[in-house]
Amino acid sequence: MSVDTSSLAAPSLFVGDVTLRKLDDDIYRPLESFPTIRWWLAIAITGTLAAIFVLCAAYTVVRGIGVWGNNVPVAWAFDIVNFVFWIGIGHAGTLISAILFLFRQRWRTGIARFAEAMTVFAVICALQFPLLHTGRPWLAMFWLVPYPNGQGIYPNFRSPLEWDVFAVSTYGLVSAMFWFTGLLPDLATARDRAVHPFRKLVYGILSLGWKGSNRAWSHYEKAYLLFAGLSTPLVLSVHSIVSFDFAVSVIPGWHTTIFPPYFVAGAVFSGFAMVATLIIIMRKMFRLQHLVTDNHLELMNKIIIATSLMVGYAYAIELFIAWYGGVSYERYAFLNRALGPFAWAYWIMVTCNVLVPQLLWFKKVRRTVLLMYPIVLLVNVGMWFERFVIIVTSLHRDFLPSSWGDYKPTLIDFGLLVGSFGVFLTLMLLFCRFLPTIAATELKVILSESQSQGGGHE
Amino acid sequence: MSKSREKVVGVVGLYDDPSSLLRAAEGVRDAGFTRWDCHTPFPVHGLDRAMGLKSSPLPTLALTAGLIGVLAAFVLTGGLNALHYPIRIAGKPMLSWQAFVPIYFEMFVLFSALTIMGSLFVFCGLGRWHSPLHDSGVMSEITGARFAIVLGADDRMYSQADAKTLLEATGCRDIRPLVQFEEEDDAII
Repeated sequence: MSVDTSSLAAPSLFVGDVTLRKLDDDIYRPLESFPTIRWWLAIAITGTLAAIFVLCAAYTVVRGIGVWGNNVPVAWAFDIVNFVFWIGIGHAGTLISAILFLFRQRWRTGIARFAEAMTVFAVICALQFPLLHTGRPWLAMFWLVPYPNGQGIYPNFRSPLEWDVFAVSTYGLVSAMFWFTGLLPDLATARDRAVHPFRKLVYGILSLGWKGSNRAWSHYEKAYLLFAGLSTPLVLSVHSIVSFDFAVSVIPGWHTTIFPPYFVAGAVFSGFAMVATLIIIMRKMFRLQHLVTDNHLELMNKIIIATSLMVGYAYAIELFIAWYGGVSYERYAFLNRALGPFAWAYWIMVTCNVLVPQLLWFKKVRRTVLLMYPIVLLVNVGMWFERFVIIVTSLHRDFLPSSWGDYKPTLIDFGLLVGSFGVFLTLMLLFCRFLPTIAATELKVILSESQSQGGGHE
Repeated sequence: MSKSREKVVGVVGLYDDPSSLLRAAEGVRDAGFTRWDCHTPFPVHGLDRAMGLKSSPLPTLALTAGLIGVLAAFVLTGGLNALHYPIRIAGKPMLSWQAFVPIYFEMFVLFSALTIMGSLFVFCGLGRWHSPLHDSGVMSEITGARFAIVLGADDRMYSQADAKTLLEATGCRDIRPLVQFEEEDDAII
């Protein structure tokens, strides 16, 4: 019996006739031409939002964090929600650049650079919130790093909050280095394509004199593999450690062992939704649909539905264990989530994260931008609400009703949330304008191998 | 910038596809050259073997640095929380190393990654502005889509005529002298 294998073949990663030269022309066009009116419009909007962030942050620092809605018992609210949200967004970047690299998923090349940039900028946004949360960000440096206070006491290394300092700073640094290593050969191409002396100077300095020597490639490829190998456990550790901030405490609704994998799956889920949200606009804005194809979007949507199911499973098992465990506080925490004063947030979360993504089972939805776009937008919303539900509903009613309270965010809280999107999107737009958004060098490897029928190499 | 004199420092042969470069590299390797290199727009698989390169020492360095990082983390956490200013927290032992494992891990990754980045600078000879490839005007062709073999004039085997013959024998049809500008004004960088 013969087996039809045509359906097993990997989907094409290019549309139309792409050559090495044309590839460079397409990828480097946004860097080498004056930005379009659409780009200017976009950056005007995001720049305004970023200015709102700066204003709200300045107001917070001058007046103190009393301008936020946080108060006992809800001492952690929008600030920590935003921190966890942005760190989570970054995780898709590392997943795509490191884990899919180790699994030899070649379709990652089209979106890896973009997702890695997203990681770096998301970590920058995330870092703002714990720093502002300390109330005196200029002193936070001394409180976070191992440096003695006035009594000569060092930070408590047994605290998950201190683990977080090490995890997030390492993550930010390693992601930036991994990103830059990937950029290096592409920056050299930008340097050699440059005509204007100033452009040549800037890309010349950034590319560090990369000459494409094979003696260098030999080390470079090893370094890239090692970075991928280091980043893979790193990315899993970062969101696990973020989840320890909650899981290691004794608050009902936080003190659960499912948190680390649940947080990591949620991070990948939200991150992929964010990559899809932005890359659809990016490929349209810079006319790169033949390099970031509908096949890429479909594969991303498949990861979104898979992680949506993992997150949905986590929601279900949380409820089950709360009932099965038989601890009355735990039971109440989850009943309160689903039916209490913040039930609306809980059901937004369930709808956006579990119910709506089920539409991605249909191939037509996965491949049609207009159909999938609202879904990935809702996933972004849902994942923000997930963190809101976990943090706020658990805190506002813990053990004794006498210590219960309510939570209402202020205008400044909303300003910082919206403003952080402004900072993030402004950085993304600048990235699209000044750096190659697609890993040209890696794409050339795939292209040259597909042209020589894939054979002949190790 | 003054470009008064050009000095020939080698010869460069350009190829249009990776497979002919691979064959040519084997030829140059077998001829016994040592001061030579291939320049490609992307890593070409099998070229390391074709050039007879040893595998990179980076993994060993990265592991060593990572283990030093773990040791540093052990000294930092244990030294400060158990020796320098011991604080008993939640009745745990002073040196409760299990609670420091996340920090050991992060420091492993941090030290290892910084070492990889630093080694990349050293091994790849990064951080140099000028190169004969730029002076000869072939660099932009390489980063675009061509493949080059460079034979250095400082090789024992090198003589201008021989080098050209060798490259011609490998099927190269675009052979140029590799030049370096002298008396360049380096003050701008």
